[in-house]
Amino acid sequence: MSDRRLPPVTQLGMLSLALVIAGGIYLAAHLPRHVPLGPAVALVGASALVLAGNMLALARVRGFPWERFFEIARWALVGYAIVAGMIEYVFLRNQLSGGPLVVMTISLILFAFNVPILIAFTVARYQET
Amino acid sequence: MAQAAVTSPAAALADAPPAPMERLEFEIVPRAGLPIVAAVLVLLIVAIAVDKLWPLEFFHVVGGATWTVIDLFLGFVIGPILGRLSIPARVEFTTRLMPKMVLIMPTAVTVTLVAGWQLGLKLGTVQSSYHLHAWLVASYIVVGAMAVIALGLLEPANIAVLVELKKPRPNPAVIERLMKRFIYTAGATGLMQIATLLIMTRVASG
Repeated sequence: MSDRRLPPVTQLGMLSLALVIAGGIYLAAHLPRHVPLGPAVALVGASALVLAGNMLALARVRGFPWERFFEIARWALVGYAIVAGMIEYVFLRNQLSGGPLVVMTISLILFAFNVPILIAFTVARYQET
Repeated sequence: MAQAAVTSPAAALADAPPAPMERLEFEIVPRAGLPIVAAVLVLLIVAIAVDKLWPLEFFHVVGGATWTVIDLFLGFVIGPILGRLSIPARVEFTTRLMPKMVLIMPTAVTVTLVAGWQLGLKLGTVQSSYHLHAWLVASYIVVGAMAVIALGLLEPANIAVLVELKKPRPNPAVIERLMKRFIYTAGATGLMQIATLLIMTRVASG
C-alpha cells in the first residue's frame, strides 16, 4: 500500500459536502416560505472555498495518477449530475425562483462535483499498488 | 504415508510468496441494470409531473423502505458476517453484491428524497407551519449526516474495492482496509436509519 503523503482530500471533501448539505437543510427547513438567504449563502460559499482548496492541494501532489482519477470522476459526475438534476427538477416543478433557486442550484453543482472527487480520489490513491 | 504426501508440499510452500488472489469477472457498474434505473427515474419524473398522491406515496415509501432496509441489513447483518469471512470468501461475496449496490443505493436515495419533497409539498408536511415541522427538520439533519458518511466514505470505498478487484493482481491489504471502512460506515448509517424510522413513524402518526 502506498505510504505517500497525500493532502486530506477525503476529510476536506466531506467537510465541503457537509457545508453544502447544511445549506440545503437550512433552505429546505424554510421553503416554500420566504428564506433569509444570508446563512445559506455563507454555507455554500464556505463549501465552495473548501472544495477549491481541496482541488488545489490535490493538484500539487507530484505523480498523482490523474488518468485514473479523471476516468472514475467523469463517470461518477455523470451519475451524480443526474441525481442533482432530479433534485433541481422537483424544485423547479414547484416554482422555486429568485435567490433561493440560485443558491439551491449552486449547492447542487457543488454536491455533484464533490462526490465524484471523493470517489475518484479514493480509487486513484491506490492506483500504484 | 498419506500424511507425508500432504505435509511435504505444504512445507515446500511455506516459504513461497503468497498466492495471487483469484480474479473474478464482473462489471463495476452492471450495464444490465442501467435501463431499469432509467425506467425508474422516468417514472419518478412522471409521478412528480402529474402530482398525484398515490404515485408519490408509492415512490417515497418504496424508495425509503429499500434504502432503510438495505442500510440496516448491511450494517447489522451482512457487515458483521463479512468481517468474519476469509479474504477469498469476502472477495467473492463483494464482487457479487457491491456492483448491484452501485446502482441500487443512489437510485433508492434519489427516489426517496425527490418523491418525499413533492409529497411533503402536496400534504403540507414540509411547510414551516406544520405542527410536526421540527420532526421533519430532524429528518433532514439525519439524512444529511447519512449522506456525508455514505457519499464521503461508503460509496468511495465500495467503488475502490471493485476497481481494486478488477486489477490483474488485486492487493489483499487494500481490499481489507477498504472493506473495513465499508463495514464500519455501513454500521454507522444503519444506526442512523433507526433515527429515520423513529422520526418517520412519528410524522406518519400525526
